Amino acid sequence: MARMISYEDKDTPIHKLSGFTKLVFFIVWCMASALTFDTRVLILMLVMGFAIYAVSGTKWNQVSTVFKAIMIFMVINLTCIFFFAPYQGCEIYGTRTEIAHLFGNYTLTKEQLFYEMNVFIKYFTVIPAVFIFLVTTNPSELAASLNGIGVPYSIAYSLEIALRYIPDVQDEFIRIRNAQEARGIEMSNKGKLLDRIKNTASIIFPLLFSSMERIEVVSNAMELRGFGKKPKRTWYSRRKLKAADFLVLAFIILFFAGTVALTIKNGSRFYNPFV
Amino acid sequence: MKIGIKEVVAMGIGTALFVVLTNVQIPVFIVPNTALQPRMAILAFLAAAFGPIVGAVVGFLGHALGDAVFYGSVWWSWVIPEAVVGAAIGIFAKKFAVKEGGFANGMNLIIFNAVQIVANAVAWILCAPVLDIVIYKEPANKVFSQGAVAFVLNIIIIGILGTILLLAYSKIAGGSSELKAEE
Repeated sequence: MARMISYEDKDTPIHKLSGFTKLVFFIVWCMASALTFDTRVLILMLVMGFAIYAVSGTKWNQVSTVFKAIMIFMVINLTCIFFFAPYQGCEIYGTRTEIAHLFGNYTLTKEQLFYEMNVFIKYFTVIPAVFIFLVTTNPSELAASLNGIGVPYSIAYSLEIALRYIPDVQDEFIRIRNAQEARGIEMSNKGKLLDRIKNTASIIFPLLFSSMERIEVVSNAMELRGFGKKPKRTWYSRRKLKAADFLVLAFIILFFAGTVALTIKNGSRFYNPFV
Repeated sequence: MKIGIKEVVAMGIGTALFVVLTNVQIPVFIVPNTALQPRMAILAFLAAAFGPIVGAVVGFLGHALGDAVFYGSVWWSWVIPEAVVGAAIGIFAKKFAVKEGGFANGMNLIIFNAVQIVANAVAWILCAPVLDIVIYKEPANKVFSQGAVAFVLNIIIIGILGTILLLAYSKIAGGSSELKAEE
């Protein structure tokens, strides 16, 4: 099983922020990153992301496996973009500066390289935000924060349940897989496609059915304790907003407003160095 | 619409299940770097059993969380279509009546598969590529080919594994209807 990113208790300024602040920061950050294609803004976001990463005291080995997975994905994605549309960059920036002819219909252009670099940075800006959010936010605080931004508490609570049960379901998955392997079911990539689906089903079946039972048990327990009787609920792990929280919130809102303003002023999402 | 306790728990544990199964993939050799995702069958099952809200939330939270913990990034343009699939299949939950053994009759099988094909078409051939173009400005031919591949793979896995899961569960859950009153 691949390694997952998970929360680690530490004493840094980022850990001290309320989960609500970090959630709002994360969402607005993602929105800003989705909106802009301006290289300057993207690079600024990247630099800020790494600065926060350094402050949060995250250890490299907490995130390295995941980081490698994403790098492989990005290399494949960027190569795909080039093979599907070698002149996408020229279309966007409106000029064509050739560097070298590769083969057939494929010519390497400066615009294409610049465009793909932008896509790369754009994907990259989200990564530190995700890492930091997951590594520094206590899962029990997450649901309280979601409820805080206006998500109905029943849905926020379901996230709490999800985070609570991921390790349990994962343990069960591994147990079932080992049991099936002990019974001689082939789990590798050999064999025909239909056989492989059948073999996967031999794990999914018991896993799903035991999960359905679990849903039954947990919902009965919650019903007995009166969950959902009142329109509102309080959260044990909710933190009050402090001065630092307001500062961070003000900053991210200003940052987003600035990005929007810049986009409107430029009349386009792109920063064009070619004209 | 009121969300019951069972739905809340189904969203939670369903999301956990979806996240855990993120890494369980069946590679297909025809197209490199694509794989059948058994988690899609789970999503279809939960949506059919618990309704559109559970389907949408499991799709949305499950995909976002799965992306985040395994890949360290969230591809929103593929998270949203996932919620679309869950919601669309979930709309017919009452008709399917999975927990009452509704899949014993053949009609529901046909409706389920028709719905999942339409839902996947909307999500992966329309939603995902358009969002990819809007957000990332990716080339249209690339994202539409990716979408088409995702569409085909998802209807295959839901069509086979999802249908079998629903059939099997219906048989077990609906078993009690075979009891007869003692004379």
